[in-house]
Amino acid sequence: MRKKPFDIYMKIFCYISIILVGLLSFSLVCYVLVKGAKNISWQLLSTSPSYLEERIGILPDIVNTIYLVITTLIVVLPLGVGAAIYLNEYATNRKLTSLIDFASETLAGIPSIIYGLAGMLIFCQFLRLKTSLLSGSLTLVMMTLPTVIRTTQESLKTVPNSYREGAFALGAGKWRVVRTVVLPSSIQGILTGCILSIGRILGESAALLFTMGFAHTLNNYFTALGSSGATLTVALYVYAKEQGEFGVAFAIAAILLILTILINLITFFLERHFERRN
Amino acid sequence: MNIIESKNLDLFYSSHQALKNINLSFPENSVSALIGPSGCGKSTFLKTLNRMNDLIDGVKVTGQILYNGKDIYASDVDVNELRKDVGMVFQKPNPFMMSIYDNIAYGPRTHGIKNKAVLDELVESSLKGAALWDEVKDRLKKSALGLSGGQQQRLCIARALAVKPKVLLMDEPTSALDPISTSKIEELVVTLKDKYTIVIVTHNMQQALRISDLTAFFLLGNLIEVGKTEELFSSPKEKKTEDYITGRFG
Repeated sequence: MRKKPFDIYMKIFCYISIILVGLLSFSLVCYVLVKGAKNISWQLLSTSPSYLEERIGILPDIVNTIYLVITTLIVVLPLGVGAAIYLNEYATNRKLTSLIDFASETLAGIPSIIYGLAGMLIFCQFLRLKTSLLSGSLTLVMMTLPTVIRTTQESLKTVPNSYREGAFALGAGKWRVVRTVVLPSSIQGILTGCILSIGRILGESAALLFTMGFAHTLNNYFTALGSSGATLTVALYVYAKEQGEFGVAFAIAAILLILTILINLITFFLERHFERRN
Repeated sequence: MNIIESKNLDLFYSSHQALKNINLSFPENSVSALIGPSGCGKSTFLKTLNRMNDLIDGVKVTGQILYNGKDIYASDVDVNELRKDVGMVFQKPNPFMMSIYDNIAYGPRTHGIKNKAVLDELVESSLKGAALWDEVKDRLKKSALGLSGGQQQRLCIARALAVKPKVLLMDEPTSALDPISTSKIEELVVTLKDKYTIVIVTHNMQQALRISDLTAFFLLGNLIEVGKTEELFSSPKEKKTEDYITGRFG
């Protein structure tokens, strides 16, 4: 009854894999944080860049990123949640819904640079929105829509049919059943979709290079909607690739990394909160 | 006086015929039991009485169901109004993920009652009607999901009573419950008969015998026999009924 050598080799192989993966991700995070942290200063975070004063500040990029997240969510959440509710609660044509399912699944897998190209042609040129926050947001709406639809649909499916039957049997109409019984039970999935989308928006650069531009100007929200503006990720690209400011690039990278960690933590705690509630 | 009756009722799931020419009527303030083996169509028939079958794809109904003399499958019928009058309690307790109070108030709110005093009164009278008030009156704001299975089922009965229905349909309401909870619900059904007309689907023939005035026996989509419960169980007219109630099949 000796152990087979093959089993031992495989076990060793798995150990090596996990050590390498752990080292790789841990050292990457540390590298970015350490290199970035020493370049983060209050001046960097709180000012606009100025050639006259030879100063680099990323405040406009931070503000643009916040604007972008808000604008995209304002459009994508009602659209995506509405579409998911239709597909799951109202649609009766099975062929049509599976076609839409298939399309949104395919859309989810398309590289973001293609969204950028399409967004540039549709929003910037055809709809004459120019290179602007609005064009960028609408492009990201297209990109995050499948995620929001999918996660919402998944959570709608987990709502037991007996809840719906119970409400219908009391004489509630379709919309009342959806609003008062189905949606509250699936809020968890909608939030997850929302947070995943924020993550994608924060991390997106390729699609925005085409549609939202590179300007580092501080604008109020309504001016920003119609003007070019760089987000943090685009600014990272510009500072590193075109101005050789690697210190600034790493500072931005560190900020983005911290944001990502925060978002993951929020997701984790929300999910735990909901699990406990159930 | 018959409050609900079916006339020449056929029901198809796509091409499969699940109910064949059912003619059956239910007198006001009575308890009627629908019995028969699994798949005989008794639950399907129950669900035609408040059009819950509408929710299933590919169901086709022909014939008539008359509620107070009006065909509920007529095109001008508001199905939500119908379900307000003809309430339903399901096999598995299905309280909503809300407080006990909000569960009961759900139906009245659906039908436009917003006044808090009125709602409070309805919640109390409905819970009393379902013999649950004393057990939950101190925790009305707590989640309904924290109740035991038997309490949840009585909560669902209270929820159905809160919209002041005339008819209460019960689809095997005790099949998921323990014997003590079951007997509480049976007792409740008998008291509810004073105010409501009750149609109950049951697998349990003893239960039918204990609580019902009328019994209808279904087999393979056909209504085989209907009559006063005592007579049907003591001297069935049909051979198939006799075989079923004496346990020869089913």
